[in-house]
Amino acid sequence: MYAFDFVRPKTVADAVKALQAEDAQALGGGQTLIPTLKQRLAQPSVLVSLTGIDEMKGVCRDGDVLVIGGGTLHATVAREARAHYPALAALAGNIGDPAVRNRGTIGGSLANNDPSACYPSAALASGATIVTNSRKIAADDYFQGMFTTALEPGEIITSVRLPIPQKAAYVKFEQPASRFALVGVFVAKYAGGVRVAVTGASNNGVFRWTEAEAALSANFSAGAVKGLKATAADLIADLHGTAAYRAHLIGVLTARAVAAAG
Amino acid sequence: MPKDFGIGAPQKRREDIRFLTGRGVYTDDLKIAGQTYAVFCRSQVAHGRIVSIDTTATAAMPGVLAVFTGEDFKDVGGNPAGWLIKSRNGEPMREPKRPVLAHGKVRHVGDAYAAVIAETYQQAKDAAEQLAADTVIDELPAIVDMAAAVADASNRVHDEIPDNLCFDWGWIEDNRAKVEEVFKTAPHVTTLELVNNRLVPNAMEPRASIGEYFPGTGDYKLTTTSQNPHLTRLLVAAFVLGIPENKLTVVAPDVGGGFGSKIYHYGEEALVLAAAKKLGRPVRWTAERTESFLSDAHGRDHVTKIELACDKQGNFLAFRTETLANVGAYLSNFSTATPTFLHGTLMAGPYKVPAVYVNVKTVFTNTAPVDAYRGAGRPEATFSLERVIDKMCRELNLDPFEVRRKNFITTDMFPYTTPVGLVYDTGNYQATLDKAIEVGDVKGFEARRAESAKRGKLRGLGLSTWIEACGIAPSHLVGVLGSRVGLYDAATVRVNATGNISVMVGAHSHGQGHETVFAQIVADKLGIPEASVEIVHGDTSKIPFGMGSYGSRSLAVCGVAMTKAVDKIVAKGKKIAAHMLEASEADISFENGKFSVAGTDKAKTFGEIAFSAYVPHNYPLETLEPGLEETAFYDPNNFTYPAGAYLCEVEVDPDTGKVQVCSFTCADDFGNIMNPMVVEGQVHGGVGQGIGQALCENTHYDENGQLVTGSYMDYAMPRASDVPFYTVDYSCQTPCTHNPLGVKGCGEAGAIGSPPAVVNAVIDALHRGGIKVSHIDMPVSPARVWSAIQNA
Ligand SMILES: Cc1cc2nc3c(=O)[nH]c(=O)nc-3n(C[C@H](O)[C@H](O)[C@H](O)COP(=O)(O)OP(=O)(O)OC[C@H]3O[C@@H](n4cnc5c(N)ncnc54)[C@H](O)[C@@H]3O)c2cc1C
Repeated sequence: MYAFDFVRPKTVADAVKALQAEDAQALGGGQTLIPTLKQRLAQPSVLVSLTGIDEMKGVCRDGDVLVIGGGTLHATVAREARAHYPALAALAGNIGDPAVRNRGTIGGSLANNDPSACYPSAALASGATIVTNSRKIAADDYFQGMFTTALEPGEIITSVRLPIPQKAAYVKFEQPASRFALVGVFVAKYAGGVRVAVTGASNNGVFRWTEAEAALSANFSAGAVKGLKATAADLIADLHGTAAYRAHLIGVLTARAVAAAG
Repeated sequence: MPKDFGIGAPQKRREDIRFLTGRGVYTDDLKIAGQTYAVFCRSQVAHGRIVSIDTTATAAMPGVLAVFTGEDFKDVGGNPAGWLIKSRNGEPMREPKRPVLAHGKVRHVGDAYAAVIAETYQQAKDAAEQLAADTVIDELPAIVDMAAAVADASNRVHDEIPDNLCFDWGWIEDNRAKVEEVFKTAPHVTTLELVNNRLVPNAMEPRASIGEYFPGTGDYKLTTTSQNPHLTRLLVAAFVLGIPENKLTVVAPDVGGGFGSKIYHYGEEALVLAAAKKLGRPVRWTAERTESFLSDAHGRDHVTKIELACDKQGNFLAFRTETLANVGAYLSNFSTATPTFLHGTLMAGPYKVPAVYVNVKTVFTNTAPVDAYRGAGRPEATFSLERVIDKMCRELNLDPFEVRRKNFITTDMFPYTTPVGLVYDTGNYQATLDKAIEVGDVKGFEARRAESAKRGKLRGLGLSTWIEACGIAPSHLVGVLGSRVGLYDAATVRVNATGNISVMVGAHSHGQGHETVFAQIVADKLGIPEASVEIVHGDTSKIPFGMGSYGSRSLAVCGVAMTKAVDKIVAKGKKIAAHMLEASEADISFENGKFSVAGTDKAKTFGEIAFSAYVPHNYPLETLEPGLEETAFYDPNNFTYPAGAYLCEVEVDPDTGKVQVCSFTCADDFGNIMNPMVVEGQVHGGVGQGIGQALCENTHYDENGQLVTGSYMDYAMPRASDVPFYTVDYSCQTPCTHNPLGVKGCGEAGAIGSPPAVVNAVIDALHRGGIKVSHIDMPVSPARVWSAIQNA
């Protein structure tokens, strides 16, 4: 690590102010940022911890929408979202290990937008709204490619609003080493149609598989996606799987997610 | 009823209390007044010429105390290889110098070419970063692929070695022609080309060293993460730095796992000592995890073609192998023994195969050094044999159980001389196979397979019948085979005046449980409570001598030395007792902690004898020295030969290629068992590592010599969910015939026997599912299984 200053404001407003300092950076649970700092791959002047801001924590229901504070721990979501949005709770409960789940936050995960992270698929499949200190961003506009989002420098995710689906499931096929998603598919069925979001598979980060959405909106059954081929274009190829393997897994996992959603 | 005391009792490990409550004391835990920090500059390129290192700016940075480069060590010795191997043409192996810091060239990513010492760790980190920026290295093409390395004489890891070949070894060269004849006329030949994947040891505790120098006496002290403190002392003192051995103490305190990687001496140890001398202050270094990945000695990394000649009934006629073994950029201490005498000599397995020939070409590449890693050579031999046998069974449509059974050496054939130079003293391979079939419920397999099939899973059953040679020792034998050291061990048993006991042993425990098991043995032999026995290890100033722990040797070599020292204590105790009891020595017997006169009720307790030895008021001082302390060295006359049968059941998900190990059954013959719980634990750990090798662990260098799998994000370690609950049976016991404890060694067995059982199970599952795949290289990852299915 390089040396840095550390502040822990109590309000979003103070955090926003603190983040105006040159090279300031927000710190959520630190599960991504701290390893980056340890390897000297980043050199912030000041870390603005968001962990002291109560207004950014918690899970609550607002009609048909589940509202999760940007600073809410994965473990909290796993526990408190279960009654409202079980697929989301299950996803959160299967991120990393207990230590990671009791430090990492939904805001941090969505801000980081790791192409293999789990939460982005839930946000995109749910048609979520990312709420920041200054605006509301639709998930379809928010995710802009691997590690890239619509966030401006210094902008803080204060909450995430996820419309609660009729049925949903997330199926994650683990990358053998990191246990992030080699491919993960989140399927969510709403009155207005089915949304399918795929993580882990694309060089452009999380994406919607629109062919599957169309097929499943017409017929919500595992059989409906049989034979559908997720396009192999721009899929990730690495040591853990070729693009063709990932394309295949997208199909398999989508069918499994539909089956699991019931 | 299991025994509750002494030999054979399933005692819980006393050392675990401190390990599990965070009260162990590891090298990095030690804080020493005046300490300074070393940080190394490590090569970012796999191969390059060092053009210049400008230390000016670095030396002027805050807190910087000293800067070292390869130039500072060019006149001291190199870190030597412990075994001299000769090529088939009689030429000795090529031995390039392994310097403390790279000099002239860097030869692998992570090769240390400079070190900075500073007041704080952060200052040393900052300074090392500056020094790296002020260093010019001309990158050269990386040599990564072994076949290409041998073929291209123009690109050299070491400028003086034209074909990158360390040696071209034939074992046994005299068998070569005979084996060729057999293959010419054999009714059937099965050929298998395979890769034994390179593994990163990944001990939980990274390497760490602290160097100290005491100007008042001229003494040095090295505290380090070693499995082998005396060997480290010898190498640092006599070979590298030229310090008299009696001026250097090496201490290996609690060590958090080694698996082989901490047997060896590394340049960082010499650096902290040299720097401590120069600065007159302690110098410490602890590896970051990335440094461990890049610079610990790796394991395995063979590319092998194995051929099996047999008749149509599956009777083995001959084995022949050709192996390229990667030694990495430099020769680590055991690196030349591992692919040769720990591998080629095992190439007959537990089978009465008449003819075997092994050829190993050991190759330098721009990768981290490769050396012995849990099993060391024997896993490579076992994997080749057990995979090719399975392939043959499939080709000839024979039962893999029956084929192994009919080829086993039978109990009436011991001692048995193999065609590859070993004499197996004893064993019963039929018994362990029968036991595995029984406890692994092979009968019930078909029902389990059908149940898996209902869930869309392919279930398979894999078998491996393995043997290994361990208790790595017999000096006379290893000497003939090229070892430059002896491989005995030593122990001192010190009975204190109050009757409790300190035992100083040359074996080093870094997770194995010696502190518990060795104490059980001494307590049992002396008839005193286990709690009265303390095992001391890991400090050259306290223990008489030792060759450390590796090669499953601690109990079979050092444990025996210890019991011999105990025997001497008893013998002396009898003399003392005879005097005190006014009897003749021949009439004194020792049992249950009492010296008594035969046929009388006259007796002295062990404690009374000990007291008398130290307070010799009534004592035969004319003929006997006071005190009660004895040392023994022990050098056995053969290896020990544990063997067993392992069964693995897996489920393959044909849609994703994922393999789940459902059950793993071990029927082992370790000879006599000192502590069954510790034995089970050793087998669990070994099988876990074997499953890791078989399914998870992939060490991948790209064509530029970059370690792509240099962190846990890409290097897959096995986790709890990857391993089943094991069934471990050790009831088949043919005690070792040449050591008095009758023990064989169990530390590596699991890692040796398990990988082929796992892979055989996967191939079996696929075949039963109608997918005719003949081989998948390890790690058998989901992606590899899936593409094998696609290509079948
Ligand atoms: C061992 C391990 C296993 C893991 N496994 C998984 C897994 O299986 N699936 C998975 O999805 N993830 C996994 N993760 C990642 C984990 O979910 C992290 O919690 C997440 O990636 C980052 O969240 P954080 O709160 O720790 O953010 P930090 O690391 O603190 O920050 C990450 C980035 O987000 C920014 N940031 C943080 N909070 C906010 C905010 N509220 N608004 C704006 N910007 C913000 C920071 O400035 C930084 O750039 C794993 C991590 C580890 C260490």
